Amino acid sequence: MTAIDPAHVVGTGGAIGALLRQYVSQAVAVEEYPLGTFAVNVLGSFVLALVAFGGVGGQLGLLLGTGLAGSFTTFSTFSYETVRLWETGERLRATVNAVSSIVGAVLTIGLARWLLAGLG
Amino acid sequence: MPEGASQAVRTIESLVLVAIGGFAGANLRFAAGNVVAGPAGTLLVNVVGSFALGFLLYEARYSAVVSQRTHVVVATGFLSSFTTYSTFALEAIELGVTGGAYVGASYALGFAAVLVGRRLALLVDRGWSR
Repeated sequence: MTAIDPAHVVGTGGAIGALLRQYVSQAVAVEEYPLGTFAVNVLGSFVLALVAFGGVGGQLGLLLGTGLAGSFTTFSTFSYETVRLWETGERLRATVNAVSSIVGAVLTIGLARWLLAGLG
Repeated sequence: MPEGASQAVRTIESLVLVAIGGFAGANLRFAAGNVVAGPAGTLLVNVVGSFALGFLLYEARYSAVVSQRTHVVVATGFLSSFTTYSTFALEAIELGVTGGAYVGASYALGFAAVLVGRRLALLVDRGWSR
């Protein structure tokens, strides 16, 4: 690839990641639980781990890792939704959301590492 | 314009706004990462983004000042792309034994930032209604 401004590469990945996040989070949305955000955060962590452990660097790494996987997942929406659950009295759901998000992400990152080790 | 066509235009407009917000949010996160590298930089964008999203969404909840269009471009597009969960989770693993503290600090500060945003939204609404 010829050298493109990193801002364009990251931004393009970020735009695609944001659109995919909106699509996926709406596709799996349920009432009264932030399942959509959970899904994108776990799935996006898997994709980022494939990029990082797969040794995808340079502009493709910026496009897929920093841009796409970075924007596909979201910490701010996760924080807001968890706080909303807690303050509306759904404290168990808030706790389950907080714990399952990090456990799910860590497990899929481990899965990505394991899959790549099997290929290598 | 026929009903179906104007609906299609609204859908396209919404997608374009999300894409523009995503482009800008990812770039600002990338730029912040170049200034403050590693987990500290990720923590910074996640806390700042949680504060801003908390303010915006509570503001939208308390008043009618925030339009649907602003919501789409700023919340769904920009702030959600500015913050990141995937990089945060990967860094937590790479930190090894201190990963748990990183997760705890990120959660505590992120939730606190949303509450500070809520507080600010309340103050702003009181100011405007006077």
